[in-house]
Amino acid sequence: MHRLVSAAVPLMAALAAFACAAVILVALGASPVDGFRAIFSGAFGSVDRLSVTAVRAAPLILVGAGISISFRASVINIGGEGQIIAGALLSTVVALAFPDLPRPVLLPMVLVAGLVGGGIWGAIPGALKAYASVNEILSTIMLNIVAVQFMNFMLRSPLIDPLEIERGTRIPQTERLSDNAALPTLIGGTRLHLGVVVAIVAAIGAYVLLWRTPLGFRLRAVGHSPDAARAAGIPVKRSIVTALALSGSLAGLAGAILVFGSEGQRMVTDGSAAGFTGSAGFNGIVAALFGGLHPLWTIPSAYVFGGLITGANHLQRVLQVPAALAVTLNGIVVMFVVSSSNVRERMSSLLQARSEFRESESTIASEEVVSS
Amino acid sequence: MAQDDDSPMLEMRGITKRFPGVLANDSIDLTVRSGEVHTLLGENGAGKSTLMKILFGLYQPDEGDIRLNGESVKIVSPSFAIEHGIGMIHQHFMLVPTLTVAENVALGTRSTRWPLTDPAVVSERVSEISERFGLAIDPSVEVWKLAVGERQRVEIIKALYREAKLLVLDEPTAVLTPQEVDEFFEILSGMRDSGHGLIFISHKLREVVAISDEITVLRNGRVTGHTTPGESDRHQLAELMVGREVSLAPDRPPVDVGEPRLVIKGLSATSDRGTLAIDNLNLEVRAGEVVGIAGVSGNGQRELAEVVAGLRPAKQGSVVQINGVDAVGAGARTTRQAGLAYVPEERMRDGAIGEFTVSENLVLIDHGSKQFSSRGLLRFAEIKRHCRQLVDQFKVKTPGLDTSTSTLSGGNIQKLILARELASGPTVLLAAQPTRGVDIGAAEYIHQQIIAQRNLGTAALVISEDLDELLAISDRIAVMFEGRIMGIVAAEIATREGLGLMMAGVAEGSPA
Repeated sequence: MHRLVSAAVPLMAALAAFACAAVILVALGASPVDGFRAIFSGAFGSVDRLSVTAVRAAPLILVGAGISISFRASVINIGGEGQIIAGALLSTVVALAFPDLPRPVLLPMVLVAGLVGGGIWGAIPGALKAYASVNEILSTIMLNIVAVQFMNFMLRSPLIDPLEIERGTRIPQTERLSDNAALPTLIGGTRLHLGVVVAIVAAIGAYVLLWRTPLGFRLRAVGHSPDAARAAGIPVKRSIVTALALSGSLAGLAGAILVFGSEGQRMVTDGSAAGFTGSAGFNGIVAALFGGLHPLWTIPSAYVFGGLITGANHLQRVLQVPAALAVTLNGIVVMFVVSSSNVRERMSSLLQARSEFRESESTIASEEVVSS
Repeated sequence: MAQDDDSPMLEMRGITKRFPGVLANDSIDLTVRSGEVHTLLGENGAGKSTLMKILFGLYQPDEGDIRLNGESVKIVSPSFAIEHGIGMIHQHFMLVPTLTVAENVALGTRSTRWPLTDPAVVSERVSEISERFGLAIDPSVEVWKLAVGERQRVEIIKALYREAKLLVLDEPTAVLTPQEVDEFFEILSGMRDSGHGLIFISHKLREVVAISDEITVLRNGRVTGHTTPGESDRHQLAELMVGREVSLAPDRPPVDVGEPRLVIKGLSATSDRGTLAIDNLNLEVRAGEVVGIAGVSGNGQRELAEVVAGLRPAKQGSVVQINGVDAVGAGARTTRQAGLAYVPEERMRDGAIGEFTVSENLVLIDHGSKQFSSRGLLRFAEIKRHCRQLVDQFKVKTPGLDTSTSTLSGGNIQKLILARELASGPTVLLAAQPTRGVDIGAAEYIHQQIIAQRNLGTAALVISEDLDELLAISDRIAVMFEGRIMGIVAAEIATREGLGLMMAGVAEGSPA
């Protein structure tokens, strides 16, 4: 019963979102049927499109898996954007510093640098929350802004490509990074690169961490009941910092993958966060909610969202509708999915309350049988 | 309403209420006459509150018939119930603290000068009611200034103001000291003599015997007995309630008392609100004894438990040692390593995690130990084996180890917590309100376990508001009042009266 509801509600939300999208398409003078066909073929229509979608999904998987960790510990992390940027910056610095290391050494190093960078950027609001009671929703959002400005500064002066200065164009981007740090392509002729595998492995790792390790046990205990955790001797404050650091580190890994899986093989900014992240820091939250805050379910859920993004871009090209429609579609789906997770929660708590009542009464009944 | 002198005030006949999969009330009969205190006795889940919710119009019965003064009625809503003279005194008071007594009473009633208020009229009637039943309540005083016992009397005034003839009192004595209970019973007697009908819900057998005219015992949704205090004593009532023989006082074989394991010297600590909750408190608990802490709730007991567990900071100079290890502000990990087992007062807040499974809660403390984890991974097979053993040993009734803990009954959750806490072989046991809201069978079992620990040489500190419980299991009883120990009495020579006086802060007892 619970499972059925959990599955049905987000599907209903998706259908409702598509109904809204259909209305918009009609208003724009396009056929909804053609529109949806374009989205679908753009997202999943060929091996090439499937692999583009997978590449778009990889950061969403990572951010989503991280979100699952922090939300399970009852810590809200809206700082994915900033953590992606922090991870990307640190991994870029590492690649710039050691360009000549062989690939088997350098590639793992830049990925770890991504983890560390994002982890530090996540640990800051974690520590602020744990030790100074600063609301993490506010601090993570603020740190997004700080990260963007820091990225712009870094790419405009210390890390800028010397060629850009020479030519006087001053585009805020790094030089082409060492090929030894590039994520190798998995299938020739497609964009599918190792980063997708890394993301899936990391999501599985997040699952193992949450449900198979003492650390994950503590995080979940703190998430459900800080009081009971504290009374049991679990360090609640440290767990909060850990949860946000882990969540941030997965986002940071996504940042490294964005840099070293990019076609330009360099980090570049247009001045905004979304220009670099593609809003993966926010869309990853939605993917995680759509996946029921379960790292493994986040994988297919992120893939669907990746498909929506690539499909909407395709739609725009095929039907010649305004570019804003892609963003709008994304927004509509997000809105419905987020509210559906609320509906799902309320429905399942309703169902749970009912079955709890039943079970508590029947437990009492069974006690009677045992004792008489 | 036609008052027929022969027909009882309330007749509930064959009341049946089903919830999906549960028969909450199975053909229950209840008759309450004017001028009678009728006790409804039963454990949690026996069906008392369902029956009362039906009486108050919150639920509709599936079958059965309700008659008020001989007239068959369908109680469709609480307002219908109030109009027909039924009043409900809830366990948790429904009062606005910043308003005066009269304003609280007037809330929700129609003013005689509607749409204007009529404070003078209300005050006068409140004074009248207060005087008539000896409630001693000033209508012009704000509710926040009143003591708990007085607030309860305001609730009674609220019901009487609405001309309730039949009053339902849901565990009214839970918040009162023994002396306050005596006064409260005098008030009830006065109401009985004036022709009110009273339904008294309680599981405190001593009080039930003291006040009731009639007793109806419920178990598992059915009436299992109808009796009077003259016919049945406490033991028989307990049997009717539980369905088997129960021992209200466990055997306590003499044990040699050893060295002090828990030492508290000059302890002062503040409450969450920053007021002084514990004031220079001194206490020692030695190996092989149970020390009970009696007192009306809110006199520092909660803070005392938290300080001893290492969870609450204390003022400079305070000493709390568990087997010589400083506990003040040390955190639960340190106090547990020092040998403490802690059964917290709020079991669903501090003791167990409702969303966790039974086995997750059983290893809540030790999940990171070598026994249950290796190389960063939990050892599920070992956890399962350990939990299976604990569940069997402590008779936790659960459908399985992976059952969500929140679905268990209060008694079983408490057994689960006790199992976890005792599994580590503690030398000091701190249990706060160990049997509150727990059914008699589980309470009996928990008492046995505490005594068994004492017999093994554990120093046990039991904080409880239930004097009968403390008298049954303690070797010494200390009474807390306003953050201090008023006196410590050996349990054999302790009397309810003496303890009650100390609980009210009246007399200093002689140390034993």
